[in-house]
Amino acid sequence: MGYDWHWRVFLEPAPGHERYLDWVFSGLKITLTLGLSAWLIALVLGAVLGVMRTLPNRALSTFAAAYVELFRNVPLIVQLFIWYFVGPELLPFGDALKKIDPVAQQYLAAMLCLGTYTAARICEQVRGGILSLPRGQRLAGQALGMTTVQTYRHVLLPMAARIIVPPLTSEFLNIFKNSAVASTVGLLDLAAQGRQLVDYTSRPYESFIAITVMYILVNAVVMLLMRVIESRAKVPGYIGA
Amino acid sequence: MSYHFDFSTVNVGNLGVLAQGLLVSAEITATAVVAGIVIGTMLAMLRLSSSRLLRTAARIYVALFRAVPLIMVLLWFFLIIPQLLQQLLHISPAHDMRMASALIAFSLFEAAYYSEIIRAGIQSVSTGQIDAARALGMGYIQAMRLVILPQALRNMTPLLLTQGIVLFQDTSLVYVSALTDFFGEAYGLGERDGRVVEMLLFAGAVYFLICFSFSLVVRRYQKVVVY
Amino acid sequence: MNRSFRLAAATLALLFTAGAGAQELTATLKKIKDDGVIVLGHRDSSVPYSYIAQGNEVVGYSHEFALKIVEQVKKAVGNPNLTVRLVPINAQNRITLMQNGTIDLECGGTSNTADRRKQVEFSDSLSITQARLLTRKDSGVKDWSDLPNKTVVVTAGTTSERFLREYLDKTRAPITVVSAKDHAQAFILLQSGRAAAFFMDADVLAATMARAKDAADFTITGAPQTHEAIACMLRRDDPAFKALVDRTIAGIETSGDAAKMWQKWFDSPIPPNGINLKLPLPDEIRELFAKPSDKTL
Repeated sequence: MGYDWHWRVFLEPAPGHERYLDWVFSGLKITLTLGLSAWLIALVLGAVLGVMRTLPNRALSTFAAAYVELFRNVPLIVQLFIWYFVGPELLPFGDALKKIDPVAQQYLAAMLCLGTYTAARICEQVRGGILSLPRGQRLAGQALGMTTVQTYRHVLLPMAARIIVPPLTSEFLNIFKNSAVASTVGLLDLAAQGRQLVDYTSRPYESFIAITVMYILVNAVVMLLMRVIESRAKVPGYIGA
Repeated sequence: MSYHFDFSTVNVGNLGVLAQGLLVSAEITATAVVAGIVIGTMLAMLRLSSSRLLRTAARIYVALFRAVPLIMVLLWFFLIIPQLLQQLLHISPAHDMRMASALIAFSLFEAAYYSEIIRAGIQSVSTGQIDAARALGMGYIQAMRLVILPQALRNMTPLLLTQGIVLFQDTSLVYVSALTDFFGEAYGLGERDGRVVEMLLFAGAVYFLICFSFSLVVRRYQKVVVY
Repeated sequence: MNRSFRLAAATLALLFTAGAGAQELTATLKKIKDDGVIVLGHRDSSVPYSYIAQGNEVVGYSHEFALKIVEQVKKAVGNPNLTVRLVPINAQNRITLMQNGTIDLECGGTSNTADRRKQVEFSDSLSITQARLLTRKDSGVKDWSDLPNKTVVVTAGTTSERFLREYLDKTRAPITVVSAKDHAQAFILLQSGRAAAFFMDADVLAATMARAKDAADFTITGAPQTHEAIACMLRRDDPAFKALVDRTIAGIETSGDAAKMWQKWFDSPIPPNGINLKLPLPDEIRELFAKPSDKTL
């Protein structure tokens, strides 16, 4: 066997008073926080857009449709670069943005990019969930004298939310995978740390296997979590969205 | 704060370079779609086979490639595997390993996603069909080839095409390897001329036009052909 | 599902254990002869060593050395129609790509360091360089003492990046470091105001600055921090190939051709904009040309 494995490398000291293993964990931390914060943005924004999409108001629903088309037809890395390079140039407070800590800039751009991108997909899920409800639900709400807001709040959304938990699971998983794109603007997430490890330790196999295992672990944990939530959110009588 | 836009980099002189990049994107998309569907179909059939071993093997493959970001898969095939691939597939090193690695990476990755679409498609064909086929004396493969798959494919085509659009967008990730696709060329021109802002917006607009048009075509197809 | 993941990990491990037994490509010349191809790694913005001028045309001082080496390789393998393939690389992946066999030779702006010599081999040196700071004239940065609480950009995978990390480790100065993918991207970060200074080899800084439309706003400052030799990179444990490369380079350097090449790239108008870097041949490098050496500085 030609390659000599050297797994101890992770315990060896790296520049910066750390071990290489610490680099892996710091990358993991960034990937997790980035994914979670982007997910929060995406959920809120996506839910709002999803509702807008199903409203009788043509202007609002067309706006939401346009949003979805825009964010679904441009590649994620292009969107990220636009957030990072173009955003500060065009925004009025852009100059101030450029002065803040560069890591914060990268994180902000990545978080907003992932959040808005995933919001477009969640919008479609929410829309699908609401549309899958029988028409009678909305009409019954109106018959009871509820305003549109009340209908959504008390009748439509609670059911729709429980129905779309399975597709939301895959969106949640996707956000962690898509977060790897943040490494292209310099953010030291798991993927970026992988490249750094190869560079500094010259142990490509060990480094990449470690990072891949981390991603698989994140995937497994998220899936377990979502399975628990799914079983609690299941609506008896419905097979699923 | 006003930014002075200067789109002069988007000129006829640079068209050649940009077109080259677009060609790379298109080549990867086309190859990965075809290979992805072929491998995906095989995987789907393995998933539905009666052998526990084959089922599990297919499940592992799909689970693995769906758990890892595409960027990591690309980096694996670009940095780590070329030597390995040359050994296993006996590709002469005279071939440009960059494109080969990218094509293999995308094909294997997309196959996992395609296999799920195809598996759902096959399962959506009513079981009466395969029973009827068997009753007519067809073997399993024959039944699949002549009866089930054609029906399944017709239902799945919009999804398969949509996944193709996603693939086209994903080719921009070859940014992390030594290949330059359309995005890579556009961004490179921007860096060279100091007009990154304009080139990024230009690239975004082009991608939007291409993908949006294709998605409209797919939607039209869905209305017309699939009930 | 968990079992699937464990099985998957095991399969991956097995696959790569088996394949990793692939033999080290030691006889580069044999490989080139058998395949009829030599693969050169080049940079895309390491001006004036190895960069892309117009369209996809690769040019540069080091690149010319590489082309001359290719001529000698053609003679050595007896194949005048040897295909020359150019693969763009960057500072971060160059060593991995050399080790995994994607490229056979890299003549760009790679520094010869003891650390790197554990992974790859270097030829006789082509140049000697020092790292300094590029900054806007009005940024208030005159030297390293002005850097605390500011951001410095480096290119990922370079010795400058490594030096900066170790410097921060030693002094614990509150300097923020950003790593860019290549020199061009690093300069954009500097130009757009995201970084106060760009730390890199002085000749690359001079060239990057010269190409910018607002070149007059920038200046190179700061005491030189590193002192390194630039050389061609090739695979380890391949004495035959190294001998050929060294012979070629020594011939170019001692015959006076290297001095002319230096003049052409460092002290004359260069593509694509015809800018002149105005960096005449330093004495140290003149001595290097007289006595070629692959010593790590």
